Amino acid sequence: MELIQAIIASIIVAATPLAFAAIGEVVAEKSGVLNLGVEGMMIVGALAGFATTFETGSPALGVLVAAAAGTTAALAFGFLTQILLANQVATGLALTLFCLGLTALAGHAYSGQATPPLQPIPIPLLSEIPVLGPALFAHDALVYLAVALALAAGWFLRSTRAGLILRAIGENPDAAHAIGYPVVLARLMALAFGGALAGIGGAYLFLVQTPHWVENMTSGRGWIALAIVVFAGWRPERALLGAYLFGGVSVIQLHMQAFGIDIDAQYLSMAPYLATIVVLALISHDKTRQRMNAPAALGRPFFQSS
Amino acid sequence: MQRKALKLAALGLAAALIGGPALADGKTKVGFVYVGPVGDHGWSYEHDQSRLAVEAEFGDKVETTYVEKVSEGPDAERVIQQLARSGHDLIFTTSFGFMNPTLKVAKQFPKVKFEHATGFKRAPNLATYSARFYEGRTVIGLIAGKMTKTNTVGYIASFPIPEVVRGINAAYLAAKSVNPDVKFKVIWVSTWFDPGKEADAAKALIDQGADVLMQHTDSPAAMQVAEERGIYAFGQASDMKRFGPNAQLTSIVDNWAPYYIARVKAVMDGTWESTDTWDGIKPGMVGIAPLSDKLPADVKALAQQAIDDIVAGTRHSFTGPINKQDGSPWLKAGETASDGDLASMNFYVEGVEGALPK
Repeated sequence: MELIQAIIASIIVAATPLAFAAIGEVVAEKSGVLNLGVEGMMIVGALAGFATTFETGSPALGVLVAAAAGTTAALAFGFLTQILLANQVATGLALTLFCLGLTALAGHAYSGQATPPLQPIPIPLLSEIPVLGPALFAHDALVYLAVALALAAGWFLRSTRAGLILRAIGENPDAAHAIGYPVVLARLMALAFGGALAGIGGAYLFLVQTPHWVENMTSGRGWIALAIVVFAGWRPERALLGAYLFGGVSVIQLHMQAFGIDIDAQYLSMAPYLATIVVLALISHDKTRQRMNAPAALGRPFFQSS
Repeated sequence: MQRKALKLAALGLAAALIGGPALADGKTKVGFVYVGPVGDHGWSYEHDQSRLAVEAEFGDKVETTYVEKVSEGPDAERVIQQLARSGHDLIFTTSFGFMNPTLKVAKQFPKVKFEHATGFKRAPNLATYSARFYEGRTVIGLIAGKMTKTNTVGYIASFPIPEVVRGINAAYLAAKSVNPDVKFKVIWVSTWFDPGKEADAAKALIDQGADVLMQHTDSPAAMQVAEERGIYAFGQASDMKRFGPNAQLTSIVDNWAPYYIARVKAVMDGTWESTDTWDGIKPGMVGIAPLSDKLPADVKALAQQAIDDIVAGTRHSFTGPINKQDGSPWLKAGETASDGDLASMNFYVEGVEGALPK
């Protein structure tokens, strides 16, 4: 029982950075912008957050600065793609490569330093439920924040006027522009939100998962987050589930190995990625549903007419 | 990646300016290729420390270049070629996966000297070198066997190559010799360096009852998890005490400096030959970090005795009788494993649980 509890808790920790990044990217993509720079924004957030926490000793400040750094990277992307109309795919890739290099260089001084990990905040009563309580309700604040953000973003996109406008911009920016909605501004705001969350996702790595800075510590998690967005059909709540699923498979495969289950380790290492591919293939099989959810103008540059 | 690209561009430019291998300025140019970032605080870090030792030793008579984070694939060949082309006299490639690319480039540049770490393919201008880390594993295995209360030792392994398998076997045999009930749980993470994944593996092992951790991956993530959870762990490649002041019992520390200095000297003197070096604790290539104060006196004495015996040559990590995992005999009583057997080890010894990935 204790083991199951520990496994669930580990899954949530492994999934939370992915959840943050994926939820943010859902909102950004809903506005019709494809930002492939998630990995880059995460690593920038990780380093900026780490440096802040290391210098000030305050994880909370670290989270804020991480979000600001992610936002800055996202707005740089936004400036290039929305104002200068650069190709989104190429710019996103460039952003990731640039951020990985920049953080490796700028992070040299912090390499090998350690920060105090984020302390868990058990929720009263709920955390006392046997097994499930400690597994689900005795986490750090960011775990709860990820859940809250997923619900809030879902509600925002579905049920608010601003959400509707954002989606309209993602579906048909020309029409939205014709009615008088500020396409570029809305997209920049969506990007900024995505960048902030990616930054927090990156910060989570050193705040909880492994409390030190090493270059390239995101190790491809940004790309997984991008896959989760498609997997989730551009719905924030499902992005959260997708993150938990991916985190689950990657943690469970480690436990299966420790149990000595007789499957080659390489297959187990593949498992999380295979699961992602399989689910993606299953989902995209259903064309109409896919089309309904994917923003129609995703990745297309918007030329403002007058 | 970006950094590497910049460096490579710089290398290319240097090649164009210098115009091929030449010792025009009398400097010996030495190149290093690392698999991880120099800031990994483990494997690549120690290689880079030794590169700096080479610079300190020879001053302005040498010029060193390093390329870090080179993936073990087609990229490696390009990087090694670039170094060879830009006038390096001696190139160290420091990961098992660089073996074939190094061999290929060595054939293309017969005048350049190459050294490949932990591999087994040699050529007239390609030497190999490695350290007998398994000797260190024997020492930490003894300590682990004594220190585990749950009789479960967790082992985070990278890839099932002989080097890693040898380490698991050596540590297990040593632990078993002092604690017949000890069990090893091994997790293969299929990476040398992914702090998040290494930390997850460490947590999984602890959750399944391990109270002592060993690792054969390059980051200090597992050490930090051990510190946080209040259990013991052993550092890898480098002294990781600052990541786990209470957790670290000791570390196996790589020290390539004497070897690198000797080999660079040989190139300068024109005495370089393709050799196969495999040094252990005795010549100092494998170091053992100071033993933790947490160790009881008898365990400290046991570890020290083992170190002394290995140095004196009276203890070999693989001394029969040893059976393979499937129960078939491997070494007869008193027989020690040959270097050939060790270099190609692809089986678990009897008692290790789980299947070795192929």
